[in-house]
Amino acid sequence: MTAILEESRGGRILPLTGNYAVAMAAKMARVQVVAAYPITPQTSVIEKLSEYIEAGELEATMIRVESEHSALAATFGAAIAGARAFTATSSHGLLYMHEWVHWTGRARVPIVMAIVTRAIAPPWNIWPDHSDFYDQRDAGWVMGFAMDNQEAFDLTLQAFRISEDPRVYLPVMIGLEGFILGHTTMPVHIPDQEAVDEWLGPRRQGFVIDGSEPLAHGNLAWPEDTEEMFMDIHRAMMEAKSVIREVDEEYYRITGRRYGGLTQCIRCSDAKYVVSSMGAWSGDIMEAVEKLRGEGYPVGVLRFRFIRPFPEEDVAEHLAGKKLVVVFDRAISFGSMGQLFMETVAHLAKHTGKLPVLRNIVAGVGGVNVEWREFYELIKDSIDRFEEGGELEYFTWYHKARR
Amino acid sequence: MGESKPRPRPPLPYNMRDVVLPGDAACPGCPIPMGWKVLSAVFGEKMILVIPASCSSVVVGAYPGNSLKASVVHVAFASAGAVASGITEALRRRGINDVQVIAWAGDGGTADIGMASLSGAAERNHDFIYIMYDNEAYMNTGIQRSSSTPYGAWTTTTPIIGKTEHKKDVAKIMIAHGVPYVATASVAYPHDFYAKLQRAKRIHGFKFIHLHAPCPVGWRFDPKYTARIARLAVETGLWVLYEYYDGKLRLSGPSRPYLDPSKRKPVEEYLKLQGRFKRLTPEKIEEIKKYVEWNWEWVKRHM
Ligand SMILES: Cc1ncc(C[n+]2csc(CCOP(=O)(O)OP(=O)(O)O)c2C)c(N)n1
Ligand code: SF4
Ligand SMILES: [Mg+2]
Repeated sequence: MTAILEESRGGRILPLTGNYAVAMAAKMARVQVVAAYPITPQTSVIEKLSEYIEAGELEATMIRVESEHSALAATFGAAIAGARAFTATSSHGLLYMHEWVHWTGRARVPIVMAIVTRAIAPPWNIWPDHSDFYDQRDAGWVMGFAMDNQEAFDLTLQAFRISEDPRVYLPVMIGLEGFILGHTTMPVHIPDQEAVDEWLGPRRQGFVIDGSEPLAHGNLAWPEDTEEMFMDIHRAMMEAKSVIREVDEEYYRITGRRYGGLTQCIRCSDAKYVVSSMGAWSGDIMEAVEKLRGEGYPVGVLRFRFIRPFPEEDVAEHLAGKKLVVVFDRAISFGSMGQLFMETVAHLAKHTGKLPVLRNIVAGVGGVNVEWREFYELIKDSIDRFEEGGELEYFTWYHKARR
Repeated sequence: MGESKPRPRPPLPYNMRDVVLPGDAACPGCPIPMGWKVLSAVFGEKMILVIPASCSSVVVGAYPGNSLKASVVHVAFASAGAVASGITEALRRRGINDVQVIAWAGDGGTADIGMASLSGAAERNHDFIYIMYDNEAYMNTGIQRSSSTPYGAWTTTTPIIGKTEHKKDVAKIMIAHGVPYVATASVAYPHDFYAKLQRAKRIHGFKFIHLHAPCPVGWRFDPKYTARIARLAVETGLWVLYEYYDGKLRLSGPSRPYLDPSKRKPVEEYLKLQGRFKRLTPEKIEEIKKYVEWNWEWVKRHM
């Protein structure tokens, strides 16, 4: 567990899969309406929530919709009408609801959705990568991504606070890799319900349509008005950065855990080289970096917890002035490069006139397992070649064929 | 002059303008505000209309204006049923029970792209009213064929031959769902529509109303004839007004005479007023007549 358990503030530790950790967080946020549709590897999130509801442990309505398009549409309906609402999906389910991902983002309606990531077909494949998650970048959602089950729990719970903050009022999606986290049990610290209630408070949203007053939402608008509304989304997104940091700090009060805001940087301050990543394999990357540190390599890890809003200040702080930056991507924009890399470089260029040597390594796409030892080799090789003044490919797709 | 007896106040046209304000963005002769006025008389401000992409999205008016003094949630084309489900359940959770949720969707948003979302909401039996206003084509995008376009009709995607299939009958599909209440209605019979909404209001669960709504622009007729054409559809027996609940079909007042085929006006009277049927051959008119007979047989079997 890399969550920083500095002190215990009550609560209990339960063995939970990532999916159950997410369901537990939604339950502790006291969601009132859940609308969802099954898809591997997300399914156990909604199965668990159904169980909580039918057992009377959670006072909520489960709308067992007929598709993901309707799942997010119904979640939106519930949310706009004043309920704390939640849904979860993966891969094709997420793509199927993509129209609604935009609609909810642009509608400024607070919603929390968990994305248990999975590759996109064809070919059919249920293993995890980040393609489905990255496909949603431009829709006006705050987007966080967990590294382990504890963080999947923490981020999901924090997502409600962030989403319902008046400075934000945007939906939030939380990613976690299917199977690697989704179906793997780890000990997860769960705070006391009273502490969560007090910290989270009742449902907040910018406007509510519940018939108490005539209100119309979504009317046709002229280009200028439309653009103004979208500029507001961008502004809220920028505001969300400080909200995310605040929420991380306040969460510390009830859990004794904090992550460092939008990113987590390990061994960065004295590093000459930084490796960047997002998701579960960041743990393996950290292990590789620890070993390299033991061998005298001045290397650190910048792990992205959020990609929307994009943490450009963190990127500037931790990457500007470094000699070499290697970004690992678990998805690719075909015909271009890894998404995390592109964004990192674009934002870094804004803050420094002298870019470090940059390298993008795409790997693990389609769910290919990459072990810490491979990261160790890849990082070591990059640094060694850099130090020897050798040629370093700007972009590499690291692939090992099936044995 | 004798002493006038106090008469019961007829339900219409009172309160028709409470919600439907003057100055909407409808074309002249548009059936949409005609339907809304009846909703206004029944529910007043206390309704939330869920409107998917359609002419209605425009008729409501452009931001920051709004021609309805009720709540409106615009939604993506395929999603009226799903969003209305979510709103209904949230209101229930929050203990709000004096507000009527109404999905107001076109034939395209209902019979085509919204069918799954409608079917899901019906099967789950959420407590709201779904109204399919049927102008028998995709009007908002410029008169393209929908599955609810009638046989023989010209549209911009059936431009020369006309539609070669009969209309998809969504009310029958809803009856097959076993929902508590299904009705057909017409903008030409506001009192009938009013009574149906009143009944729907009192029934718990999913209610579906199929509202026939002639569109002058898409059907190619003079805008002053909207009500006349809607009435002719009933008088020729092409459009049958009924309610279906407790396992039985009940023919509505305006349609009752036409159970007897000899009372029906010839379908040609309905067809000839509309440019969209201009190129119908005699064979095609025969086919339409057969369809009318066949539909009435179905009605009789379910009464
Ligand atoms: C997913 C999607 N596909 C297509 C459209 C374009 N579109 C908007 S309204 C419309 C037709 C609506 O037809 P109908 O539901 O019959 O309503 P009407 O306009 O006839 O009142 C279409 C095709 C859209 N908005 N969304
Ligand atoms: S095209 Fe027809 S339905 Fe659409 S606004 Fe005009 S008259 Fe009304
Ligand atoms: Mg239509």
